[in-house]
Amino acid sequence: MPRARASKPASSGGSAVSGLKKVPTGITGLDEITLGGLPFGRTTLVAGGPGCGKTLLGMEFLVQGAQQFNEPGAFIAFEETAQELSENVHALGYALEPLVKSKKLVLDHVRIERSEIQETGDYDLEGLFVRLAHAIDSIGAKRLVLDTLEVLFAGLKDHGILRAELRRLFRWLKDRQITAIVTAESGPDGKLSRHGIEEYVSDCVIALDHRISQQISTRRLRIVKYRGSSHGANEYPFLIDDGGLVVFPITSLGLDYGAPSGHLASGVTGLDAALDGRGFFRGSSVLVTGTAGTGKTSVAAQFVNAACARGERCLYFAMEESPDQIVRNMRSIGLNLERWRKRGLLQVHSARPTLHGLESHLATVYRAVSLFDPHIVVMDPLTGFSSVGSDREVTAVITRLLDFLKAKQITALFTTLVSTQSDPEHSEVGVSSWMDTWLLLRTLESEGLRRRALYVIKSRGMSHSDRIHELQFSSRGLRILPGSATRALPPVRA
Amino acid sequence: MSAPAPPDSPERWQLRLYVAGQTPKCLIAFANLKRICEEYLTGQYDIELIDLLQTPALAQGDQIFAIPTLVRKLPEPVRKIIGDLSNTERVLVGLDIRRLP
Repeated sequence: MPRARASKPASSGGSAVSGLKKVPTGITGLDEITLGGLPFGRTTLVAGGPGCGKTLLGMEFLVQGAQQFNEPGAFIAFEETAQELSENVHALGYALEPLVKSKKLVLDHVRIERSEIQETGDYDLEGLFVRLAHAIDSIGAKRLVLDTLEVLFAGLKDHGILRAELRRLFRWLKDRQITAIVTAESGPDGKLSRHGIEEYVSDCVIALDHRISQQISTRRLRIVKYRGSSHGANEYPFLIDDGGLVVFPITSLGLDYGAPSGHLASGVTGLDAALDGRGFFRGSSVLVTGTAGTGKTSVAAQFVNAACARGERCLYFAMEESPDQIVRNMRSIGLNLERWRKRGLLQVHSARPTLHGLESHLATVYRAVSLFDPHIVVMDPLTGFSSVGSDREVTAVITRLLDFLKAKQITALFTTLVSTQSDPEHSEVGVSSWMDTWLLLRTLESEGLRRRALYVIKSRGMSHSDRIHELQFSSRGLRILPGSATRALPPVRA
Repeated sequence: MSAPAPPDSPERWQLRLYVAGQTPKCLIAFANLKRICEEYLTGQYDIELIDLLQTPALAQGDQIFAIPTLVRKLPEPVRKIIGDLSNTERVLVGLDIRRLP
């Protein structure tokens, strides 16, 4: 999200007495829910179960710091060697070697093996301090990650000394104005960390969580506390993929988005006439429902085609078809979508909803939208989500998606499939009330023919047609026939 | 086991003591080490004193995090003892010089 970043100055360094200074993490989303980043010169605890992304969050903090904010960072690993660490994060799109070579990053592995250590008499952790200081001074590090300090608890018997030294460590980091992340394994019974490191870290605590529900995993992040700063209080989904770590503060949006008043042609000949003569509102949401084979995807494609012809960028999420399949099929109604793809105006993302959890799916959509910055987003069909979440969850996610798109003033078109058994005016996912415009497609049987009918069930903010329109498909595209398709209307239920 | 037992192998003992400046802990550790070696390893040992404040880069090689740390480099395997070495019995066990009854 380059735009969001640009508006936030890198706040480390300099002198400010007013309020808490923050260090932007550069992690998409995290800086938004922390309202600017982590507390400058303080230590932040990142706690979570095994495999929930603590190490990656720490590494991303350093990599982004080095790349975006020109702040070198030191990673002190207690569990993995520098080599292992490089390999592990390489799969996630971080190349550490160049950063290490250019002195933007230093990796140090502190190995603590209880079996080869004997304790006798008084000691302190000055050796660790020396190593930290050495690592920090070798590149002028401003950021530090300790992953994970709890290894010390397993390696040393004298926890009294250890606790005193941890206190000293966090003070020492503060004196040096190092913005640090320490990670901790979450303990049983909902304890944040197994050994209570949160007692020493008082400024900022972030909890990570990795849940499996119906065999689909979802990662979540929550700011447990942030002294001296307000912050988003929800659990936010986050995603780890080959682009690194992204947090999705989508729930933080409200209903305070602007309402642009321009119009967009629907691309279907004659349909704009039924919509106040001008088409959809720009930045509105459009729902196209219909039974199988009524032409939902065609209506969507026609809209996309018209938008691309105007030079607008379209992002098309296909839940049931591959990009090539959609492009091929739409040739049959005379749409050449391939040229828009080639010109970079159209991106088609195909992913089955079951590939990710609902939250992660939303996350991927969010990411694609942030990267492509489209004018129009199509999701075809929304119905697929029902297979990965309860109705309530699906509705919640779609609401957030709508809020997100509206805040960006992106026009959204969704299709949903309704079964022939059910009332066609009952949309499957129960989201029709969130939509600004609702088009219903049906087939009518008369005189030995199946005709396709289109109703404008609602369209907020405009006087729309109440007619039942006949929709005609041809190799030249979709067309609304003049007049009404009122002949021999069958009953709603068969 | 009344008499101190010499190490099984006649090879020399290479010991390294890591300190950080002349702190009381470090001075005590050094004195303790000296005394134990004189008593149990007479003429068979070398002590290398490394002050990490002078040479911080050396902490990485022997994986030092606590101070003072005594490292037995030879005979192998490498063993480590952290602390001021005030408990002689523990030091002997840690260095594997003599097994306690």
